[in-house]
Amino acid sequence: MSTKIAISAAYLAGVVATALTAGAITTGAAQAQEKERCYGISLAGKNDCAAGPGTTCAGTSKVDYQGNAWTYVAKGTCTTVSLPDNRVGSLEPQQRDLPS
Amino acid sequence: MPPFPERLADPHERFVAGFSAPLLDPDRATPTSVAARGGGPADRRYAVYRNNVTTSLADALAGIFPAVRRLVGEEFFSGMAIAFARAHPPRSRLLFEYGEDFPAYIASFEPARDLPYLADVARIERAWLDAYHAADAEPLAAQALAMIPPDDLAASVFRPHPALRILRSRFAAFSIFAANREEGSPPAPIRGDVPEETILTRPGLSVTTRVLPPGAATFLLTLVAGEPLETAIGAGFIDTAEFDPAAAIALMLETGAFTAIDGHGTPPQQVTGIAT
Repeated sequence: MSTKIAISAAYLAGVVATALTAGAITTGAAQAQEKERCYGISLAGKNDCAAGPGTTCAGTSKVDYQGNAWTYVAKGTCTTVSLPDNRVGSLEPQQRDLPS
Repeated sequence: MPPFPERLADPHERFVAGFSAPLLDPDRATPTSVAARGGGPADRRYAVYRNNVTTSLADALAGIFPAVRRLVGEEFFSGMAIAFARAHPPRSRLLFEYGEDFPAYIASFEPARDLPYLADVARIERAWLDAYHAADAEPLAAQALAMIPPDDLAASVFRPHPALRILRSRFAAFSIFAANREEGSPPAPIRGDVPEETILTRPGLSVTTRVLPPGAATFLLTLVAGEPLETAIGAGFIDTAEFDPAAAIALMLETGAFTAIDGHGTPPQQVTGIAT
């Protein structure tokens, strides 16, 4: 089997003509609806207030977030994703070596 | 962050470096340069700063990777994000650029090893924000392609839009991303082991994402590499006999993947180096 593909100018012209027939209308439509900025990711001004409750809990404890993090069980929508060896995405609680 | 802040000459720089170095490292003691009222240790006060820096970075990751967060849940995501933040502090002052290394980190994150698609979903999310912040550019009009003389089509070279991103995955990364990007009712079951290729573009102000048909990623990436249309179509067919060049060209016009056509009437090797 050859890995070279011969493409004639006539074939190419036909391909482009077909594409333009299919694409012309939707291209215009796609451009037309680009009028307003959609939902974005706003990160500006995020700053947890030091005076609020719990402000010293999340970042300070090595035990909370380096040790026990390893035992966290995924509890999200990963259970809806199936993989071939009958694994469903959810992680079972596992005994793993915890960093000391 | 300098490894030996105490060696800095400027007192203010020395203070800042000494203050900031332990913020993301719980093994390091509270800097001696800060003290509580009365001169005692300031562990609890310093912990406020540690918390704010750590959680603001984890929150930034949650904002950039909402589908990953939804897939694993808040608690797991928080643990993974904080572990990442400590290992990979931001290199940019722009928080929206954070997390470039997060997909690779997820891929090597032991607790996530049963979710092998997770890193690819994260790659799509990072690419989404890159596309969002890419330079504005007018997408290629269908008319511009229609005006190329038929004999020049083979040598036509296409200039990629600054927002264009194409990602390949061994998993159904696009479907998983699309089903989990927004909060809402639980997604329908997805078979994860179906390879998918994703295109992200921003023809106007909003990012569009699509799964690519067979061969289209190879076709588009060949064009992005500066190869002429003829070569890109050939590459698509070499990738798979299912490749549909007309559909791929229509898709590239619809999504605004390119901005201009160069090289028609000139040898493509002379124009592929033109900066956009």
